[in-house]
Amino acid sequence: MEDIKPKLLKVTIDGILVEVEPGTTILQAARKIGPSVAPPAMCYYQPLKGSGGKCRACLVRVAAGSEKDPRPMPKLVASCLTPVQDGMVVENETNPQVVEARKGVVEFLLLNHPLDCPVCDQAGECDLQNFTFDHGLATTRYEEDRRTFEKQDIGPYVQLHMTRCILCYRCVYTADQITNKRVHGVLNRGDASEIGTYIEKAIDNDFSGNVIDVCPVGALTDKTYRFKNRVWFTKPVDAHRDCPTCSGNVTLWYRGEEVIRVTARKNEWGEVTEFICNTCRFEKKKTSDWTIEGPTKISRASVISANKYRADEIKPTFGQRLAAAEYKPIHDERDTSQLNIRQLPPERFVQTVPSAE
Amino acid sequence: MQLTNRSVQVSNKEMTLAEKMYLPAVISGLGITIRHFFRKKPTIQYPEVKRYLGPIYRGLHILKRDEQGRERCTACGLCAVACPAEAISMIAAERQPDEKMLYREEKYAAVYEVNMLRCIFCGLCEEACPKQAIYLRHDRMVPVFQERDEVIYGKDRLVEKMDDRYVRVASSEVQATPTEPSLTRAAT
Repeated sequence: MEDIKPKLLKVTIDGILVEVEPGTTILQAARKIGPSVAPPAMCYYQPLKGSGGKCRACLVRVAAGSEKDPRPMPKLVASCLTPVQDGMVVENETNPQVVEARKGVVEFLLLNHPLDCPVCDQAGECDLQNFTFDHGLATTRYEEDRRTFEKQDIGPYVQLHMTRCILCYRCVYTADQITNKRVHGVLNRGDASEIGTYIEKAIDNDFSGNVIDVCPVGALTDKTYRFKNRVWFTKPVDAHRDCPTCSGNVTLWYRGEEVIRVTARKNEWGEVTEFICNTCRFEKKKTSDWTIEGPTKISRASVISANKYRADEIKPTFGQRLAAAEYKPIHDERDTSQLNIRQLPPERFVQTVPSAE
Repeated sequence: MQLTNRSVQVSNKEMTLAEKMYLPAVISGLGITIRHFFRKKPTIQYPEVKRYLGPIYRGLHILKRDEQGRERCTACGLCAVACPAEAISMIAAERQPDEKMLYREEKYAAVYEVNMLRCIFCGLCEEACPKQAIYLRHDRMVPVFQERDEVIYGKDRLVEKMDDRYVRVASSEVQATPTEPSLTRAAT
């Protein structure tokens, strides 16, 4: 029998052509090109089936539906759920309408989200913080009281801070698909909806700790790490151990010589592909339990890299671009004839102008 | 080669009679000395007399309390990460329900230390603080220290005393951070 290769579809995203297999969504096609064109995602989580379509952070404009029907789609579409068609033209950051819509989405997501980043343990690795920083406004127009909830303990290790929840449903899908028996979900409707465990039942599943990693905000947090430290003072290190229940591949977060937190490894989109068990996450907090592989790769722009330098580290481009833009040649035409200094020929001086590349 | 035109050429020519007497030169020199007795003195007697430090002087660190006397600092660590000299360190703790009168937020700094030997008084901690908690006083300098263990300032010396509140008249350009809705509402 012959393998019938499916015809690859040609999609143009922000002017960049990419060929993907049928069934791929716009978001996945954009991620294939790279982080510069990939739309942000607050609820979509690739390893979790059925996630996406709730936060509207990934809205894009489809300028041409397909080759056969090149009319634009009437409204902005959620790129995490819309499959691509051959000859589709997608506009992401290049379209001012999309940028404007994202500002609105930020405002909606922050309606009930408390601005307590100085208190929150997620600050520094928070998806909502990044999304707001990249796409939102610096000011707020909201004056009403935000909804508040009491802090709840879900099991012995996880704390639910419902006030911060943006109802992305990621933790519900995790509990549904990773663990055997779901004991928590979203109760009530609309503005009153909240994550809850039925009859305050503790999650005693082996993989329940993963809801902490999938949470895009600080709603589900690690009780063993609560207020221990800020993310940017800790040093992430890749490590593994032989675990009978999970893969054992984790990231250890060090403060000095002490492991203060264990999380699953995240890929470049901030998604966990190998979920880890509760034993690895909460009980193995000694260096002797782990085989260290090396420091985790953290993007230079992240606050986790702040104040940590290496000799071969490239400089952040923003500073160089700013220096190039602000550069003024110094007026240095003093009368040097009386100083009796022998001047070197001007060829000896190389003009050092910072260049932005 | 002449750098300035104030230099006088030295010569070995014969002195005149007035110059040979020396006395006029001595008296004119004494006159200059006596004139300085009656001038305004440029020096001040420092510990007794202190100069005005200016409205934006960056002096002694202070951890502000709010209007109800609760500590504003929430140990977010932004001052420590902004500090170019790495002078600030802190340990956070969670507020207990009966401590609501002591701390403003649910998290507070149990330990907050500024190493005054490291501090370069750049004021970046003040700029970074999202809670308007740390300030560098414009009216007081860091006192002189004799021992090395005196230079690490803990919370006992940093937190504002209730009977010695620090008030800085805010200039009109300084506005509350937009992330704190209670403050923006008060400003408008």
